[in-house]
Amino acid sequence: MPSPRYWREIPNRYRLEAARCSACGAVLFPPRSICAQCRSDQLARFQLSRKGKVVTTTVVHVPPGEFLMEAPYAMAVVETPEGARLMVQVVDCDPAEVRPDMEVSLEFRLIRREGHSGILCYGHKGVPVA
Amino acid sequence: MREVAIVGAGMTQFGELWQSSLRDLFVEAAAAALRSAGADHVDSIFIGNMSGGQFVGQEHLGPLLADHLGMAGVAAVRVESACASGGAALGLGFMAVASGLADVVLAAGVEKMTDGADVTNVLASAADQENEVYHGITFPGLYAMIARAHMQVKGTTEEDLAWVSVKNHKHGAMNPKAQFRTEVTVDQVLKSSMVAEPLRLLHCSPVSDGAAAVLLCPLDKAEKYTDKPVKIVGSGMATSAMALADRKDLAVLDAVAQSGERAYKMAGVMPKDVQVAEVHDCFSIAEICCIEALGLVSEGKGAKAAASGHTALGGQIPVNTSGGLKSKGHPVGATGVAQAIEIFEQLRGEAGERQVEGARIGLTQNMGGSGASSVVHIYEGVR
Repeated sequence: MPSPRYWREIPNRYRLEAARCSACGAVLFPPRSICAQCRSDQLARFQLSRKGKVVTTTVVHVPPGEFLMEAPYAMAVVETPEGARLMVQVVDCDPAEVRPDMEVSLEFRLIRREGHSGILCYGHKGVPVA
Repeated sequence: MREVAIVGAGMTQFGELWQSSLRDLFVEAAAAALRSAGADHVDSIFIGNMSGGQFVGQEHLGPLLADHLGMAGVAAVRVESACASGGAALGLGFMAVASGLADVVLAAGVEKMTDGADVTNVLASAADQENEVYHGITFPGLYAMIARAHMQVKGTTEEDLAWVSVKNHKHGAMNPKAQFRTEVTVDQVLKSSMVAEPLRLLHCSPVSDGAAAVLLCPLDKAEKYTDKPVKIVGSGMATSAMALADRKDLAVLDAVAQSGERAYKMAGVMPKDVQVAEVHDCFSIAEICCIEALGLVSEGKGAKAAASGHTALGGQIPVNTSGGLKSKGHPVGATGVAQAIEIFEQLRGEAGERQVEGARIGLTQNMGGSGASSVVHIYEGVR
């Protein structure tokens, strides 16, 4: 991923910055300029809490090249208390144990290395709450 | 709006076609479609293609392929909606003829996937790059999540999923154009290697090369080309949230339902009137979600439909008589047009061993990504 693109996405990747629609209350992550529910453009930025609950999962056995060393790994759609849903990897546990309703904390981690120069790209991963 | 008919069709073998380039594949299918109708000119060409740019480094397919068909000068454009590109090309061809802006239109699809590109990464570009692919999810992974959501909400089992593959391979074994003309058993599916839980290798459609083309014209000019035209009576396209995380119900494909409603409405046809259907079984779970969204089975009855024989040849509503994407093969941009060809043959009574006796109304459904775009067409035979 070229660095300008990575740099642009830092607010949502590093700070979990989301948007809340002032008209209908919908939560959008990452932030958008038009509400997906009611098409209002009155959206206020805020930060998601760094925790959530698993909605659905899979365990990836055949990964893309950049994730070859990590397979098999669990992926999950996680919903935060604010109602935002995120696609994240769930780590520091047996992938088979990741199930719907599991509570996870969202922790800042290295996600991947991009391109020939191996630029380090960060974001959030889910870690089961013990 | 004018009535539109398919009057000719041509397609290549589907499979790993090492000897053929993207342009070779297109020319073979398009020339066969023109030849079958005895046509020597077209007004415009729509070419469904997901990613010539990433698969073989070739964009700008409109002029390239028109030129290689010996038709430089004709209006020609590539149409992209990921794996629904072929269906979208057919939809635009239908609009061109129905509107009166064109009389003879070639709607085609082509994909060359085996020239060495990293297929997993190219296909993943049909998902949300910034919010899904970045984190390590693959395409099978997205459908695996849909499958687990479906299992959780509707009690679908791994064996139900396996039966979709078993049924479609059984159909595909009778299709000379199919990539895999072999039957598989439930046991083989359940023992095949894991790709993304719960989806195994034999739940997934293959990497394929291939092309397909149909010739469209107004119904009142069809007799010039064939005595057995097949009418396109309904055409519907729809979109939904791209990222899985942005959908309310992960087990429901909204775009499929909405594209179906639009096509049924235009056609004045009810789901129960459909006698044969080709739906987008890129993964076994997709067929289950699609037949539910299209109303071809009653809500919640999708999971058992393959196992019970309901959607098999000889059943109440045969689905994917061609073998589907699973067995026939899935050259992504060509798939939507190849589906139309199966229905074209069925409604002309030319499907051989796979013939659904007396079929008069057929349906195709082609979708892109993890279901974010969908195209449905409804056809009526006039033989």
